[in-house]
Amino acid sequence: MAGAATQKSTSSRGKSTAARSTRSTKKSTSSEPSVEQLVDYYRDMLVIRRFEEKAGQLYGMGLIGGFCHLYIGQEAVVVGMQAAIGEGDTVVTSYRDHGHMLATGMEARGVMAELTGRIGGYSRGKGGSMHMFSREKNFFGGHGIVGAQVPIGTGLAFNHRYRGSDRVSLTYMGDGAVNQGQVYESFNMAALWKLPVIFIIENNKYGMGTSVTRAAAGPSLAERGHAYGIPGEEIDGMSVTAVKAAGDKAVAYCRAGKGPYILEMKTYRYRGHSMSDPAKYRSKEEVNKMRQEHDPIDSLRRVLIERKVDEETLKKVDREVKDLVTDAADFAQQSPEPDVAELWTDILVEA
Amino acid sequence: MPRMTMIEAIRDAMHVTMAQDPNVVVFGEDVGYFGGVFRCTQGLQQKFGRSRCFDAPINESGIIGAAVGMAAYGLRPCVEIQFADYVYPGYDQIVSEAARLRYRSNGDFTAPLTIRMPTGGGIHGGQTHSQSPEALFTHVSGLKTVVPSNPYDAKGLLIASIEDDDPVIFLEPKRLYNGPFDGHHDRPVTPWAKHPLGDVPEGHYTVPLGKAVVRRPGKAVTVLAYGTMVHVAEAAAEETGIDAEVIDLRTLLPLDLDTITTSVTKTGRCVVVHEATLTSGFGAELCALVQEHCFYSLEKPIARVAGWDTPYPHAQEWDYFPGPKRIGEALINAMEG
Repeated sequence: MAGAATQKSTSSRGKSTAARSTRSTKKSTSSEPSVEQLVDYYRDMLVIRRFEEKAGQLYGMGLIGGFCHLYIGQEAVVVGMQAAIGEGDTVVTSYRDHGHMLATGMEARGVMAELTGRIGGYSRGKGGSMHMFSREKNFFGGHGIVGAQVPIGTGLAFNHRYRGSDRVSLTYMGDGAVNQGQVYESFNMAALWKLPVIFIIENNKYGMGTSVTRAAAGPSLAERGHAYGIPGEEIDGMSVTAVKAAGDKAVAYCRAGKGPYILEMKTYRYRGHSMSDPAKYRSKEEVNKMRQEHDPIDSLRRVLIERKVDEETLKKVDREVKDLVTDAADFAQQSPEPDVAELWTDILVEA
Repeated sequence: MPRMTMIEAIRDAMHVTMAQDPNVVVFGEDVGYFGGVFRCTQGLQQKFGRSRCFDAPINESGIIGAAVGMAAYGLRPCVEIQFADYVYPGYDQIVSEAARLRYRSNGDFTAPLTIRMPTGGGIHGGQTHSQSPEALFTHVSGLKTVVPSNPYDAKGLLIASIEDDDPVIFLEPKRLYNGPFDGHHDRPVTPWAKHPLGDVPEGHYTVPLGKAVVRRPGKAVTVLAYGTMVHVAEAAAEETGIDAEVIDLRTLLPLDLDTITTSVTKTGRCVVVHEATLTSGFGAELCALVQEHCFYSLEKPIARVAGWDTPYPHAQEWDYFPGPKRIGEALINAMEG
C-alpha cells in the first residue's frame, strides 16, 4: 500500500505493515503493569525517541523545514497516560505533538511524511509538524497556538458527557500554557459542568527559553485548579509507571462523573524548544544529569532486566523500532509533494 | 403565516433545528435562564432542558473553543456572543481553530458551529456595542459569513447555517431586530408586522448560503448592500426617485458574484454601502470584484458609502451612520456624467 494518508476517503491509515499491531488491541487496566505491558511501554517510548531522533536528522538534512518541536525526554508522560485510557477516549495537545500521535497509534509513516510536507502525510502535507489529526485514533491535534487546545479539549469532554458515555478527554498543555487566560476559562467551565477532562500539564521546566520559575507565580502548577475545586497532583513524569498509576486514578475519577482532574507531570525535554534553539538558558550539566539519572527509557530498561526480561528480547524490540523508523523516514522522502491544486482543497465543504 | 420580528424568527430557527436534531446545542452568556440579552433564546431552555440550552460564563475564548471541540466531535453548537464587539477575545479560536480544522486535518475534522452575534449601530451603544466587524471574518479562509436583513431570511439563513458543515459567522443587525429601520432615526420604526418579510413560515425551511437577492429591481444604478443598509438604500432610492437596483447580499462569503455582475452589467453604475468603517471594509472587496468583472460596463467609478474611519462615536451617531441622505447623494452623483 502506498502509505499513510494518500487517499483521504480510504481508511488505510493504521493498516500499514509498518504499524505496530500491539497498539490497537492494548487494553487499559488499573492494576500493576505486567512484564508484557512494561515491554510494550518500553517499545512505545522507544518508538517516540527514535522517531524524534530521526526527525532531527531529517531536519538537519534540510528535508524538514520550519518548525519542529521534539519530544525527546518526555516520552513517559504520553505513553503512561495512553496506557491508562481505552477505546473512545480522546486526546488533544499543543505543538510538541509527535509523541502524542505515535502513542495514540497513528502511523509513523504518516506523521513523518507530514513533517516533510508530502502527500503521504496525515494532512497531505498541508498541516506540518504542529497540525495533524486522526479521527480513527481519536486524536484531535496538534495545535500551534499556546493554550488554544485547552478549551477545545473541554468541548471534547462535553461531548462525552452529553452522549452519556464514560469516556474522558485527555487535554495536554505545557508549563508555558498555564498562564494563558483561556486555560482558566476552561478550568471554570469544566468544573462548573463536571466534565470528564484530565488537564495534563507537561512541566518540562521551560516555556521556550523562559524557566517556569520566571514565568509562573505560585508554588505548584498542580494547584492552579484549586480555586475551581479541581484536584491536582504532581507526578514524576520521567517514570512511566508513576504516570500510568496517576493516570489510572484520574481516569477513574473522571469516569465516575466527578469532574475534571489536573496532573502536573514533572518532566524534561533534552533538546531545545525547537530546532533553532541552542538552549543557552540552561546548563549542559543540568541536561546531562537528567539524561543520566532520570531517563525514562533507560530506567525502564533496567527494571525490565531486573524483572528477568532477557537482553535478546529487548534487542529485538530495538531492532523492530529501528526498522519502523527507518521505514517511516524512507516513506517520508519518497512520498511526493502535494500538487499545488491540493492547497485549494478542504477549505470549506466541497459541493 | 405567522408574523414575526427578527428576534422571534431567529428564536424559531433554533427551535426548529433543536427539535429536529439532538446534536444541536445552544449556549452563551445569559442565553439559558435569562433567555438572551435580546431575548433570542427565550424559552429554549424550558423547552429543551438545561443540557441543550445553557448559560456559559463570560469567557468568549472558552465558549468558542469549547464549541470547536464539541463540533469536531459531532455536535452542532449554535453559540451566542452577546455583542459582536465582544468577539475579539474569542477571535483566535475562530481564526486559528474553527476556520482551519478542516484544512489541517485533511478533511478528517470539521467545525460545524454557528456563532451568532448582534452587529451594527444605531442604538447609541458607543464604540463597544455598535461595531460591524464582518470584514475581520470575510478575510479568513475557512469561514462563512452571513448577514440577514429581515425575519424571513434570518430564520431560513440561520437554519441553513446550523445545518452547514462549516463554521458560520451569523451577524444579526440589532437595529433590525424589531423593524426594518431605514435610517430615519427621527421617525417611529415600522414594525415587522407591517412588512411583507415579517411573514415567516412555520417549521423548517432554508434560505441557501451564497445566494443574494434583488430587493428592489431597477435599471439606473446597482446598490450592493447587506443588513440594515438594505433598508436604508431602499429608502434612499424612493426618496431620490432614482431607479436603483438594490441587491441584498445576504451572505458575504460565499458571495453571489453572478447576481452582482448581472446587475452591474445592466446598469453600468455601482454604489457599495456598509455601516462598517471604510478602509479595508468588505466594500473594498466588492469594488475590486466589480471592476475585475464589469470593467467595460462601468460608466462611472464605483462609489462607496460607509462608516467613517473613526471609532464608533457616542455623539453625532447619525453623522457617522450612513443614512438615506448620504446614500441618496451617492446615488445622485452616480447618475451624473
